[in-house]
Amino acid sequence: MPSGDIRRSRGRNYEAERQGCRPEGAPIEFGDYHPLKPIMVTDSKTRRGTRKGSTSSSSSSSSSSAPPDPLSSMLDGTDPLSMFAATSAGQPPAVPHSSSTGDLGRRRREKEEEAVGPDFEPWAMKRGEILARFTTTEKLSINLCMGSEKGKALGPGSSAVSEKVRTRLEELDDLEEGSQKELLNLSQQDYANRIEELNQSLKEAWASDQKVKALKIVIQCSKLLSDTAVIQFYPSKFVLITDILDTFGRLVYDRIWSMCSDPRPLPESFTVEDVNDTAKETCLNWFFKIASIRELLPRLYVEAAILKCNRFLSRTGIQETLPRLTAMIRGIGDPLVAAYARAYLCRVGVEVAPHLKDSLNRNFFDLLSAFRQIGGESVQNQLVVQRVEVPEYLTLYSPAINWILQCIAYRAPEVLLTEMMDRCKTMANNALLLNSIMRAFRPEFVAARATDFIGMIKDCDESGFPKHLLFGSLGRSLACADPPESERLTILNEAWKVITKVRSPQDYIGCAEVWVEFTCRHFTKREVNTVLADIIKHLTPDRAFEDAYAQLQSVIGRILTYFHDFSVLFSMERFLPFLDMFQKDSVRVEVCKSIMEVFIKHQLELTRDPVILNAMLHICKTMHDSVNALTLEDEKRSLALLIVGFLRTVSFGRDFEQQLSFCVEARAAFCNLEPVLVQLVHTVNTLAMETRRVMQGSHSRKTAAFVRACAAYSFITIPSLGSIFTRLHLYLLSGQVALANQCLSQSDAFLKAAVSLLPEVPHSISVEGKLRSSEGFLLDFINNFLATLLVVPDHPEHGVLYLVRGLLNMVQDYTWEENSDAKVRVYIGALPLLAAMSQEAFLYSIPKVDSNETLYGGDPKFLSEINKLSETLIGQILDHLKALARDEQSARRQSALAFSLFAVLLAHGDLRNNKLSQLAVNLWNLSHKQGLCDTRLSVRTLEHVKHQAQRPDMAHLAEAVQRLTLQTRT
Amino acid sequence: MSVSLDIKLKRANKVYHEGETVAGVVMLSCKEAMQHHGISLTMEGIVNLQLSSKSVGVFEAFYNSVKPIQLISSNIEVAKAGKVPGGKTEIPFEFPLLTKGNKVLYETYHGVFVNIQYSLRCDLKRSLLAKDLSRTCEFIVHSQPQKSKVVPTPVNFTITPDTLQNTREKSSLPKFLIRGHLDATNCVISQPLTGEVVVENSEVPIKSIELQLVRVETCGCAEGYARDATEIQNIQIAEGDVCHGLSIPIYMVFPRLFTCPTLETTNFKVEFEINIVIVLHDDHLITENFPLKLCRV
Repeated sequence: MPSGDIRRSRGRNYEAERQGCRPEGAPIEFGDYHPLKPIMVTDSKTRRGTRKGSTSSSSSSSSSSAPPDPLSSMLDGTDPLSMFAATSAGQPPAVPHSSSTGDLGRRRREKEEEAVGPDFEPWAMKRGEILARFTTTEKLSINLCMGSEKGKALGPGSSAVSEKVRTRLEELDDLEEGSQKELLNLSQQDYANRIEELNQSLKEAWASDQKVKALKIVIQCSKLLSDTAVIQFYPSKFVLITDILDTFGRLVYDRIWSMCSDPRPLPESFTVEDVNDTAKETCLNWFFKIASIRELLPRLYVEAAILKCNRFLSRTGIQETLPRLTAMIRGIGDPLVAAYARAYLCRVGVEVAPHLKDSLNRNFFDLLSAFRQIGGESVQNQLVVQRVEVPEYLTLYSPAINWILQCIAYRAPEVLLTEMMDRCKTMANNALLLNSIMRAFRPEFVAARATDFIGMIKDCDESGFPKHLLFGSLGRSLACADPPESERLTILNEAWKVITKVRSPQDYIGCAEVWVEFTCRHFTKREVNTVLADIIKHLTPDRAFEDAYAQLQSVIGRILTYFHDFSVLFSMERFLPFLDMFQKDSVRVEVCKSIMEVFIKHQLELTRDPVILNAMLHICKTMHDSVNALTLEDEKRSLALLIVGFLRTVSFGRDFEQQLSFCVEARAAFCNLEPVLVQLVHTVNTLAMETRRVMQGSHSRKTAAFVRACAAYSFITIPSLGSIFTRLHLYLLSGQVALANQCLSQSDAFLKAAVSLLPEVPHSISVEGKLRSSEGFLLDFINNFLATLLVVPDHPEHGVLYLVRGLLNMVQDYTWEENSDAKVRVYIGALPLLAAMSQEAFLYSIPKVDSNETLYGGDPKFLSEINKLSETLIGQILDHLKALARDEQSARRQSALAFSLFAVLLAHGDLRNNKLSQLAVNLWNLSHKQGLCDTRLSVRTLEHVKHQAQRPDMAHLAEAVQRLTLQTRT
Repeated sequence: MSVSLDIKLKRANKVYHEGETVAGVVMLSCKEAMQHHGISLTMEGIVNLQLSSKSVGVFEAFYNSVKPIQLISSNIEVAKAGKVPGGKTEIPFEFPLLTKGNKVLYETYHGVFVNIQYSLRCDLKRSLLAKDLSRTCEFIVHSQPQKSKVVPTPVNFTITPDTLQNTREKSSLPKFLIRGHLDATNCVISQPLTGEVVVENSEVPIKSIELQLVRVETCGCAEGYARDATEIQNIQIAEGDVCHGLSIPIYMVFPRLFTCPTLETTNFKVEFEINIVIVLHDDHLITENFPLKLCRV
């Protein structure tokens, strides 16, 4: 390659170029057409129940000219799935207009909404609660007798009955004659599993057309409900077995329904006339079979389970059956069994005929009448045998009575509610009922009479239903509805008087938790503080708080819902000691996180309040200190995010020094979380820039020292970060900040550190969990770095372009990947920098910082250094291109690189130099040699050159253009 | 060659009255066309009487039986000998339920000693080598509703230790007072038996209260007649120690086929009774008996 000829970069008039590049400015008036307007999405308020897809009818006027959203116009009901859904529901296919599907759903829902609305807590929700609460560790047993029964009731001395011949109706096809299965010693889980097995065998028997066997299974299951051994488990037993009854009821109903649904399915609101004779006969058969079941309890439960089937036989069937079944329950001697039977009947009644409220009320009043049995001898004996205390026994009734009352109280007139309450008042031992009333009746009703209720609770028998449960129920109602204002303080005082005396910590906290909400809602921090103090007092002895973490968390949650002003919150003297009770690490971190989330959401203004800062630092430190080697990445990320959120709210205003010392403190406190450290570095950099802005660019001695201190902070902090690219970027950024603040040596230090870090960059880095090549990132960084170097003045003691050379050397020594052109791309990228540096006036500079243009002032030695460097670089690039020529597969790379170099020479080189222009042409030809160059790019480039050639000082380009030929593709 | 023969009646519930026509189809289903020597249908209504071992001794009762009484018999030839095409063939038929003379069609009743049954039998005769096919189908006959109106005859009852008969030591019995009533003892068979029972007070807890439906069948034969009472079903209406003073409903549906309107003929009698059985916790049994008269309206 001939040398000696000076290949120069061409002189640039940046300002003129900038003007030339600007597009024609056109004035635009406000309100006119805007290119982005048509595709703007306006937030239209849609009616409740209609789909988002309903377009013009409900959307706001501004989008009237908007093109219809193609996706939403599909939801007009004519799509095959909607039509299918419409026909299977027995309604005519939806007319294609926008809100049809929404209407369909609404119409159907409205029908049901008449009787039972969405505010009626369904049984499904209670199920889980009961199963979780009524558990036992004692052993259970199941006694199933599938075959013929041995006559139980007729013992010796039976009159007029021949024992030899007995024809019972249950002795149908006896598949398992006399098989008696008695499973003893089942644990609770085994029991539940066994019941589930029975459920499955019921479904299987039904599916294989063994209807009789299915009926037998259901009967046997119902008999299990008359067994009250292990009485604590009874409510859960009830839940499990009534599931089977429900399954059975559904199977029978569906079977008969399908018998009528031929050819067309029976509509939802069918009448007796729509039912064909065969179906009616089948249904009747079922009722006859069930009417012959000997035992009371199975007969009752199974008939209740298929109550809905009465619809097939007569219009008034259900209406007549419900009262009869209600009366039948009076035959059940055990009050607990009777109560749950009533609950089942109420549940079925509400599902099937919610408008028949009379029988529901009847159920309740019968329940009251039978209430005195609880004090009777049989029950008491039972309790003694099972060693169960009366209070515990009474709590077993709660789910059933709550449910019955809920069904009755739902949308009941106030008169009825008052009557029921009065009836309960007159009963002895009415704590149980009182509790259920408070649970089931509307919160508004209870809240309005809160003082009355407290009076009634006080009058309750101490040895009966536990009082803290009563107050718990009252508290729950008061959390939903407000009592009259004048009574609130009295209510709180009365309630707390009782609650604070509760001895068992578990019971206490269950009750206190509910009342915290009431306190927070209506009172100030003083009362809340008192409550917190009381809780601490109760739960600290014997470390009782260890068993109550869930409830304590809930307390904090409730306080945070109502108190958003953190200065108030932290001024509550017992708040932090309360937090100290969370001694289990995971729970403590959870609580801290929840506090932080609320803080970030609500603390909208910057603060320097020492109380808040102290407390929050304490909380953040707690979170931070929980991070160890086992902490998940995700967890670390979320914790870091929260802490960063906090740090962003801290501002000391103009007191920058205090801010810096806060950052120092924060760095020490949060050294384990990298995002926090990154945030701190950014904060300090911002601080430095703020200082500069305040001082309007001219630092005083004090501020100069300050910004140097900031730089020092960053310099110390950055090496402790793990991610290499974070470090590189921060070094560059901090270098720029330092430079802006005229801290030249600090800036140099940053940039040198970045350069010396380069060899450590690994070939692949993990990005979002995947390993990717780092080459792209590295190239980006280096280009960025090079751009910065334009404004960095050379160090007087080091050689010319010391940093540039240092960088290029590092790049050369870096072990790039095989078959990588990155090094050469760096060199190609460095050429514009060198061209820029050789200009008389640099493209950009930092005010008050002299860059090389001023330092060297266009010194020829400087320029020759630049040229020498350029030559070396170009030589390296050309060598690389030659090396690529040897290899067949690298042709494309060669073409691309050649074109890049050509472009650079065109943009930055002085093509008046023949050798240079010849080089350019050669590169062009090389690039197009095998037709691998992008044609469009070439065409555009040629256009550009031709255009450039028309400029006055670029006439030489015209000649070059002629030598640039485009290969035509055949 | 698999051939299946079935009889299907038009009425889903298979219930007919005297004078009506029993109509239906004979369903024949065979894979290929089949030769046969005739399909005939026989309708028969028979009363079967069983001797009770009480009157004639166990072995006699086992071997002998009183001759069954024929109530109605009829035979038609559904199809003459010929060929039946492959696939499903349905041949309709009709039988009028008419008796000769002054015979009465008693209601279908399945009992222990008395059995009144109506059935249709279809016979498919085939060649010597192939087996004849036969199929039976039972149908139900209900007696004509009675013309006179049923006036309910309610019965009240009160049970105390003093009112009991059949007991040895009245003094060892615990004290109790149980009251109640049956809404009627002449009941309509298609409606349930209703009433109420109240345990006013009782020294000993109650274990169970049951309704025992009893059939009393009387069969006559040359040597004499026997009256046997057997239980049809036992329905429990109270379980455990029920609340005193609370009225417990009595409700029992009369089972189909096993009950019929009270029947009294020259050869046999079918009658019904109900026992209200109260079982005390010490296993004492207290029974109160009520004869019933069932009828159909």
